[in-house]
Amino acid sequence: MAVPEITESYTGSVNRLTLGATSQSGGTRATTVVVGGAANVVYGGSDTQAGERPVIAIDVLDSRPNDWPEYLSEPYKDVLDSPAAWAKKCVDEFGAEIICLKFDGIHPEKGDKGADHAVSVTREVLEAVGVPLILWGCGNDEKDNQIMPKVSEAAKGENCLIGTVTEGNYKSLTAIALADGHNLITEAPLDINIGKQVNILAADMGFPLEKIVTFQDTGALGYGVEYSYSIQERQRLAALSGDKMMAMPVICDVGHEAWRAKEAKSEDAPDWGRADKRGPMWEAATAICLLQAGADILRMRHPKAISTVKDFINELW
Amino acid sequence: MALTGLEIFKLLPKSNCKKCGKPTCLAFAMALAQKKAKLEECPEASEEAKSALAEASAPPISLVKFGTGDNEVHIGQETVMFRHEEKFYNPTVIAVSISDKLADDALKERIDAVNSLQFERVGTHLQVGAVAVINDSGSPDTFASAAGTVKKASPLAMILVSESPDALGAATAKVADVRPLLASAASDTAEAVAKIGKENNCPVVAQADSVEGLAELTGKIKAAGVEEIVLSLKARSLKDELYGLSRIRAAALKKTFRPLGYPTVSFVLDGNGEAQAAKGISLICKYSSIVVVESVERHAILPMLTAVMNIFTDPQKPVQVEAKVYRVGEPGSDSPILMTTNFSLTYYTVESDAEASRVPCYILVVDTEGTSVLTAYSGDKLNEKIVAEAMKKNEVDGLVRHHKLIIPGYVAVMSGKLEEETGWEIAVGPRESSMLPKYLQEVA
Ligand code: SF4
Repeated sequence: MAVPEITESYTGSVNRLTLGATSQSGGTRATTVVVGGAANVVYGGSDTQAGERPVIAIDVLDSRPNDWPEYLSEPYKDVLDSPAAWAKKCVDEFGAEIICLKFDGIHPEKGDKGADHAVSVTREVLEAVGVPLILWGCGNDEKDNQIMPKVSEAAKGENCLIGTVTEGNYKSLTAIALADGHNLITEAPLDINIGKQVNILAADMGFPLEKIVTFQDTGALGYGVEYSYSIQERQRLAALSGDKMMAMPVICDVGHEAWRAKEAKSEDAPDWGRADKRGPMWEAATAICLLQAGADILRMRHPKAISTVKDFINELW
Repeated sequence: MALTGLEIFKLLPKSNCKKCGKPTCLAFAMALAQKKAKLEECPEASEEAKSALAEASAPPISLVKFGTGDNEVHIGQETVMFRHEEKFYNPTVIAVSISDKLADDALKERIDAVNSLQFERVGTHLQVGAVAVINDSGSPDTFASAAGTVKKASPLAMILVSESPDALGAATAKVADVRPLLASAASDTAEAVAKIGKENNCPVVAQADSVEGLAELTGKIKAAGVEEIVLSLKARSLKDELYGLSRIRAAALKKTFRPLGYPTVSFVLDGNGEAQAAKGISLICKYSSIVVVESVERHAILPMLTAVMNIFTDPQKPVQVEAKVYRVGEPGSDSPILMTTNFSLTYYTVESDAEASRVPCYILVVDTEGTSVLTAYSGDKLNEKIVAEAMKKNEVDGLVRHHKLIIPGYVAVMSGKLEEETGWEIAVGPRESSMLPKYLQEVA
C-alpha cells in the first residue's frame, strides 16, 4: 500500500568541518577527519541525508588523573604518566580517529602546571600520533587564558579543534585560534540561547562560523542526559531551518560525565550488575543516547565502551 | 486529523432545533471543533455522522494494552516526533525473551532471572515490563506448555512469539486470561492470527518486511475484527528498522495515516549484552513502543530502563528531588553540611561530587521550584529567608554541633544576610561542584 510521502521543507544543513591538516595543507597530520553535514533529523528521510559518520575522540590527559575509578584507569595503567605514549596507545590499540588532549593538570587545584608543561605535552603528542587533535582547557578562565594561547601556538597549522570559549570568556582564545588556523569549541551551560550567543560573539570577532563546533555541558545517562538530548535536537532543527548561527556540529563530553555516575563507579552495588562491566556500559549507553539526538563528536574514555559505540556507529552510518 | 467546524457542520442535520442548547447547528459545530461540546448533546445526529466524528477524533497513534491487573502495559498514544515539543506519552516497555526450548529447571531459572530484573536508582523503582515467550521449538504443544509455565511463574505481561498460527492458537488457549500480545501475523497468516486475537480479545502484532507491507497488513487485520494492533518492521538491518520506525511515526503523526497509526515492537535478540543495550537504547529513543531483548545481564538492562526514564520525562517540568536533608556516607554531628537546590541535575551533581570526596556529610536541599543555583538566586527563589526556613523545617540545629553551613560559591553574596538571619557561620564553597572533593577534604 502506498504510504504518504513525508516531505520536510528543510533549507539548511549542519556545517561540514575538517579536523587536522596533512603536509599538503601545511600541517603534519597523517589523517584528517570530516564531521557534520547532516541535512535531516537523525534517521529522518534517507541515509543520504545523514551527513558524516559520527566520530569518537579518545581523551588523553596532560597529567596523571588521580580521581579515575580503578576500572577506568586499568586499561591505561602503563601510560598514565606519559601523554605521548597514552595517545599512541589510543590510536594503535583502540582505533582513535581523534585524540582529545585535556589539560586538567593546569587547573590551579589539579596541579597548577604552567605553560612550558602544556606546550611540551602538545608537541610530544603531535609527534607521537598522526591523527587530528582536540586541545581542551581546564575550565579555569585565568589559567586557560594564560596557557591555551601558547598551546594553540605550539600546534599552529595543524587545524586542531581548540576550546572552550564561553559567553564570559571568549576573547583571547578566539583570537589566537583564528590566528593559528584552528577550529573553535563554543561552550554553553545547557542553554540553547547562550549557545547561540557565544557563536555570535565569536563570529563578531571574525571567527568563521564554519570552523566552530558547539558544546553544551553534557549530562550522563540518568543525570540529565535528556537536557543535552533535547538541546541537540532543537539545535539540529534550527540548523535545518537555515539558522546559520546554529548550524555547527556538536561535541559531547561523554567519558568524563558518564564515569561520575554512581552506576559507573560504585564498586559495591551488585544489584546494578558486574562492577567491571557497569562503567563501560554506562559510558557506551550515554554515548548511544546522545547519538540519537545528533551528536557529531563523542569524547570517550574506556576502550570497551568505545568498541560498543563504534560497532553501533558502523551499523548505522 | 481533527475536523474543522465547517466539516462537522456538514455532517449535522442543519435543522437548528436547539436541543443541544446552542442556537444553531453551526454554533454547535464550532463548539465541537473547539472541544467545548460533545456530540452526544445533539440527539438528532445520524449514525453516519457519529462514526465519521469518532474516526476523525481518534488519536493518530492508537492505544494498545496487554497483560492484566497491576502488570497491564499501555503503549502508543504518542503525539510528537521530538520530546521537547511535548512529553513522550507511554514509556517504552522493555521485554525479555524466554525460549520454549528451555524446559523444567532451566525454564524456571530463566523466568526467575527475568522476574528479578528490578532495580532501585535515585529513589525510583525500575523494572522490565513484559516477557516474550518464543516458539524456538517449532512445536505448538511445547510452546503452549512453556506459556502456561510462564503464566504461573511470572506476573509480567506476556508476548507470544511464533510464526505459526497453530502454535499461537495453542498457547493462547492456555493463557488468554492474562491477555497476551500475539506476535505475529504476517501477510499469509493474517486471517488465522487475527481470528485467534478476536476470539480471545488479544492484541495482535502485524509483521512485514517493509513499511508499505505493514500498512497493507494492518488493514487486513482490522477488517478481521482486531482493533488493537502493534507494528513490527522485520527489516534487514537495525539501520533499515530505525529509518522505517521514523517514517512510520511521521506518517502517523504528520499525515494522520491510519494504517500506520499504531504502536511498534522491536526485537534485539542477537549480540552480547552491551550490543543489545546499545541497539535497545536507540530503539527506545527513536520510536519503539516495546523492545524485546535476550540479555538478562543487570548491567545491560539497567541503562535501558534508565534511558526510558530519561527520554519519557516531561520536558516542561524541571525534574525535582525532594527538599530535605540527604546523607552522604554516614555523617555525624561533626560532619559538614552543604546547601544546594532541588533541581535534580544540580542535586545529583553535588551528591556525586560529595560522594567522591569520601567525606561523610549532609546535603540540605532547598526547594527552589526545581531551578539551579544561579537561576534560583536571580529569580529570588533562593534567598536568606528561604534557606533559613529550610534549615528550621529540617531541624538542622539538631544534626550538627558546629553550626556552620557551606553554601555554593555562586551565591557567595548572600552569606552576610544569611549569617544575620540564622546566626550560623556561613562558609562559601566552590563555584564548580567538581571542586567539592578537594574542598571537603580540606574542611573535614
Ligand atoms: S441538537 Fe443537533 S440538530 Fe439540533 S440544533 Fe443542535 S446540532 Fe443542530
